[in-house]
Amino acid sequence: MHELSIVGNIIEIAENEARKALAERITELEMDIGTVSGIELDALNFAFESVKPKTMLKNAEIKINIIQAKAVCSDCRHVFETENVYTLCPVCDSFKTEIIQGKEIKIKSILVD
Amino acid sequence: MCTTCGCEGNGNKISMTVFGEKNKSNTQKHSHSHEHHSHEHEHEHEHEHRHKHSHKINIEVDVLSQNNLTAERNRGWFEAKNIFSINMMSSPGSGKTSILERTIKDMKDKLNFYIIEGDQQTMNDAERIGNAGAPVIQVNTGNGCHLDAEMINKAVKQLNVKDNSLVIIENVGNLVCPSLFDLGESKRIVIMSTTEGEDKPVKYPTIFERADICIINKIDLLPYLNYDLEKAKNYALRVNHHLQFIEVSATTGEGMEKWYELLLSLID
Repeated sequence: MHELSIVGNIIEIAENEARKALAERITELEMDIGTVSGIELDALNFAFESVKPKTMLKNAEIKINIIQAKAVCSDCRHVFETENVYTLCPVCDSFKTEIIQGKEIKIKSILVD
Repeated sequence: MCTTCGCEGNGNKISMTVFGEKNKSNTQKHSHSHEHHSHEHEHEHEHEHRHKHSHKINIEVDVLSQNNLTAERNRGWFEAKNIFSINMMSSPGSGKTSILERTIKDMKDKLNFYIIEGDQQTMNDAERIGNAGAPVIQVNTGNGCHLDAEMINKAVKQLNVKDNSLVIIENVGNLVCPSLFDLGESKRIVIMSTTEGEDKPVKYPTIFERADICIINKIDLLPYLNYDLEKAKNYALRVNHHLQFIEVSATTGEGMEKWYELLLSLID
């Protein structure tokens, strides 16, 4: 349940930015979460719901852009979408693949007023 | 509720205790530097420019950036003091502490060990390591499921780690959460044991993907188990084809020499 401490970091960053802008509340938070980032979306949402009420994000809408993981094969350079970090290259069957996208845990923006 | 760890208002107690130092336990509400957001902002003057309208602020920041920054500070501190550091991770019961105990007993004349023990509760592991002959600090994370860079930053200072040494961090027994948190280590080691399923690496790929070395422990039990060592290694290689394997038994000592050779070669 590391999502709880991740949510803590998210809220801390978002609140700092909101305060810098002299805002009173955060009405929306937009994030990028990669499909192989190690974040379980259900756990993340659960953590948000339990932590939000006592923060500036009390009534904030949490928008999550899911970033589909992509890997590149080190042997044949084929780039392909993957559901996990251990898919064989669909072209040459090599397991020497590296994730090039999908590990994001990033705050994009907040909407404040 | 605290926003960092989700603990209730009275705080998740993270404590650090150096083995052998009684009553010097440094208990703190949080080792990381966030604040409970209960403070009032008193502004002496009116903010005429206070934004009443809704507007967007672009942040574009990695959520783990604060941890990663602290980890890089740790890395710089280690580098300046010529310290090699290892982050050991595994599920509970795979033998992290047993491997460490044996390593310390066999190698303490050759290496200056400093151990950081992460567990939710108890001093048990620190006592085992302390009795094996290495300076050790126990970090009790309370409800926390992993160590973070801030905890390590505090722990190495409280443990008074000397130059030219080897810091081994035994992370909280957990095959999921510790993988995301860079501690500033030089190498990451993941341990699996023959009493677990061979498919652990594909079930919990993140931790294997981000490791440098994989120790397979309890090989003395192989004759009694249906564990297929090659299959396990193949699964791990599918997740991370850079992984280097060491097979050991912390109980019988089998394979430990190879582990020591690797350890010495890493430090050189």
